[in-house]
Amino acid sequence: MRALHRKLWRELWKMRGQAFAIAIVIAGGVATLLMSLSSLESLRITRDTFYRDYRFAEVFASLNRAPQGLLASIEAIPGIQTVETRVVAPASLDLPDFPDPATGLVISIPDGRNPELNRLFLRLGRLPDAGRSDEVVVSEPFAEAHGLLPGDRFSAVIQGRRQNLVVAGIGLSPEHIYQIKPGDLFPDPQRYGILWMNRSHLAAAHDMEGAFNDLVLTLARGASAGDVIDALDRILDPYGGVGAVGRDDQLSHSYLEAEFEQLATMARVFPTIFLGVAAFLLNVVLARLIATEREQIAVLKAFGYGDWEVGLHYMQMVLLMSTLGLVIGTLGGYWLGEALGTLYADFFRFPYLAYQLPFQVVAIGALVTLAAAVLGTLSAVRRAVRLPPAEAMRPEPPATYRPTVVERLGLQRFFAQPTRMILRHLERRPFKALLSITGISFACGILIVGNFQQDAVNHMIEVQFGLANRYDVAVTFIEPTSRRVLHEIEAMEGVLKVEPQRLVPVVLRNGHRHFRTSVQGIVAEGDLRRVLDTDLQVMAPPEDGVVITDFLAEILAVGPGQTITVDILEGKRRTLTLVVDGLVNEYVGVSGYMEIDALNRWIGEGSAVSGALLSVDPAARDEVTSRLMNSPRVAGVTHRLAAIETFRETMAQTVLIFAFIATLLAGSIAFGIVYNSARIALSERGRELASLRVLGLTREEISYILLGELAVLTAAGIPLGFLVGRALCWYLTVGMRSDLYRVPLILEPSTYAVAATVVTVSAILSGFIVRHRLHRLDLVAVLKTRE
Amino acid sequence: MKQQAEQQPDKVVFHAEGLTKIYRMGEIEVRALAGVDLELYRGEFVVLLGPSGSGKSTLLNILGGLDAPTAGKVICGGNDLVLATDRELTQFRRHMVGFVFQFYNLIPSLTARENVQIVTEIAQNPMPAERALELVGLGDRMDHFPAQLSGGQQQRVAIARAIAKQPAVLLCDEPTGALDSTTGIVVLEVLERINRELGTTTVVITHNADIARMADRVIHLSNGIIGAIDMNQDKRAAKELSW
Repeated sequence: MRALHRKLWRELWKMRGQAFAIAIVIAGGVATLLMSLSSLESLRITRDTFYRDYRFAEVFASLNRAPQGLLASIEAIPGIQTVETRVVAPASLDLPDFPDPATGLVISIPDGRNPELNRLFLRLGRLPDAGRSDEVVVSEPFAEAHGLLPGDRFSAVIQGRRQNLVVAGIGLSPEHIYQIKPGDLFPDPQRYGILWMNRSHLAAAHDMEGAFNDLVLTLARGASAGDVIDALDRILDPYGGVGAVGRDDQLSHSYLEAEFEQLATMARVFPTIFLGVAAFLLNVVLARLIATEREQIAVLKAFGYGDWEVGLHYMQMVLLMSTLGLVIGTLGGYWLGEALGTLYADFFRFPYLAYQLPFQVVAIGALVTLAAAVLGTLSAVRRAVRLPPAEAMRPEPPATYRPTVVERLGLQRFFAQPTRMILRHLERRPFKALLSITGISFACGILIVGNFQQDAVNHMIEVQFGLANRYDVAVTFIEPTSRRVLHEIEAMEGVLKVEPQRLVPVVLRNGHRHFRTSVQGIVAEGDLRRVLDTDLQVMAPPEDGVVITDFLAEILAVGPGQTITVDILEGKRRTLTLVVDGLVNEYVGVSGYMEIDALNRWIGEGSAVSGALLSVDPAARDEVTSRLMNSPRVAGVTHRLAAIETFRETMAQTVLIFAFIATLLAGSIAFGIVYNSARIALSERGRELASLRVLGLTREEISYILLGELAVLTAAGIPLGFLVGRALCWYLTVGMRSDLYRVPLILEPSTYAVAATVVTVSAILSGFIVRHRLHRLDLVAVLKTRE
Repeated sequence: MKQQAEQQPDKVVFHAEGLTKIYRMGEIEVRALAGVDLELYRGEFVVLLGPSGSGKSTLLNILGGLDAPTAGKVICGGNDLVLATDRELTQFRRHMVGFVFQFYNLIPSLTARENVQIVTEIAQNPMPAERALELVGLGDRMDHFPAQLSGGQQQRVAIARAIAKQPAVLLCDEPTGALDSTTGIVVLEVLERINRELGTTTVVITHNADIARMADRVIHLSNGIIGAIDMNQDKRAAKELSW
């Protein structure tokens, strides 16, 4: 080994504490980068493979009812590769030992065989036998939530008729990777499941013999989805078609895309912070090292080492520290990526996870890290390169200090000499102090991001279930029904209050912009379902116009006072022009709201209701539920509070893990910065501090001078960190905004407090480590070493 | 021998003419050298004598290619150092000059042997690091780190490091400045031996007039100009010196 290399290794070993602190910060960046990129990549590959192998459809359409004979004209649409018609029916599911109501979607499959499109992956058991009318395949999450196994029995109410079913198999479909009930805040596998049943039997149960009410298709190579959808809509329109959609608007697929986008955002934000901080730390440490080694640099140059050889020497040091971080980070990233990927695969219900850490991802990680390290230290290394040898022989001129602002303002009498030293030291290197503060603030910001999710979801639940939806039980009917049904429900024992609800599928248009959703009719002075304006104040549903979700207004580019066109996709299929009366704050889904009677008048349908919201005496809830579920007109019953509870439980675990990781990561940043600043301050000022000790200052007094500076930096970093955290959360929410859900920017005071505490504790811990060294300062030796 | 050298230009190792160096220190202009003409001959032992602030170190730095003069020229091996590029100056230092500094300037993280090797590894025709250390009498201290050596020993490692590449000229800046006289004399004996045995042109700058007694020539420098150049008719061995 060359002598220069030995110097490298020995010096690295000597500053191993600092090198390790930096390597850990780099590792944090690399690990989050690899974790997000590799799990994203693996999930994408898994999804695409699953889509391809199980032939996920590309266009989806549902309608009221069309004769099977219509298939021929659909197949004639140019650009279609495979079309498959289906019968899809909502169902109430009744499980033994589960008192709460569960709903599901029953999808037909060709008798006794797997469909051509959206094929089923069977985890257990088999497909229903061709001749059996009672066999079903149950979606895996639902089966798991209820411990269902092949051979188990339960019953379902389809179109008002009870069916006794046997589990033939447990499976997954590319169509329902994300199994969320439309309009729900979160997936609830206990209360929502997918069933697959032989077509002949489902058609019989749902009055669809010789007909279909749903179809899926794939496109020929090069065909335009838009053209096919247009042609399909024209054909299906007379049959109650509600508009075909491509994959982008398919529920499971779009949820997946939203989640992937979130991962991609994470892959951008977190590594950038870590590597930025690491670059800064490397710069500070290297600049200090180069300053202490001025004379060594001069000697090397005096003996004929070229400028670039000297530069390379220091660059190698940077690269070694970065490589250490890279190795730790890559291992950590692999481990975390696999864990996260498995978690996601489980959450989204992929049949398997093809986890891999592709070489390109590792290469990107290495490249980004080394680039950040080199760029961060370029200025310091350049100083070593440019240092003229003769100048390097002279000791570094004493640092110039000047009176600080405080002193120029004549406030110095309020500060003792040591405090003045702290202030002067900070003011002499304002840029460096600013960078330290920025780094600390990012640590604080990461912690805020770590707890943001919980705050936001709590707020969403509070608004969604506390302010807007205040019913105990919601009932949906199979089809719009006469209002008389409300009286029947009201008459049930234990029902305290009933409010009607009307849901009408529509397409809202403004110029060329349009969006398919529903308009909900609710009662004007309602208590159980209320709409909130953007200030979360209750607003009355309008009679002459419509109020729409604020995000929908953005999609349609309309504001209050402007008009939109409303195509009703039901009954007489009228087209209306309505004034947008106001904007509604809503975090999940987008829709329009009107007063229920006004809505019925506009669509010309008398006083029909499509559902009812109930306030129920808790003691009578199960009884009411069971009676409703046995009523022939009821398609589904939902409990509001039970669902929230389950969710809170699962959420608590995830949040805990996420908060723990964030704490670890942020702690490492805070520690890295404070520890390094302290060590450097000690090396720069050890002589000065030892001199003060010789002059009679106590250990505590010199600790104050050194650590007081760090305390100032940390104290300044924390409030800035609150802003940084808020900005990061804002960036995340903007990235996550979609018509499926919007996460509000809500941060609780406790989140700020936790962030501040973790940063402070990390700073104090690193302060203690340095203080230990400070106390062991060898006074004589320090004074003997020449600066 | 000196007479011969003056008559034979090929014996000239360094030829400097009109060297001027002006520093700007904030508002003040400091004239460190004010027109120095100088020649150094092969194999001679020269002492540059002058009080502090006389420009000795500046002159040495310029001769060694560490610093550039404000005006003037320095010819070595037919090349003008003043016109040399950075790369050429690096090559010049790498192969032609050996430096010894007042404060040794050893690399603390390297052992004595490695401190020498760091130079022999890049030189064209070096002697083994071990031989250089033996020459300075440190054959038994080769694996010691600087912190484990006394000041005199450290300075001898610095000398070993400077001569190991077999330079054309050895430039020593107050080599005994940080040492007590006994140790200082040991160091001077080493320099004397190197000059004698290897024939390396040796320039020692010092403010200590006693050291001048071991020189072939003494150049007196004050206020940035050469006051006088003395041929030492009564050259003494280093061990006869004392201060």
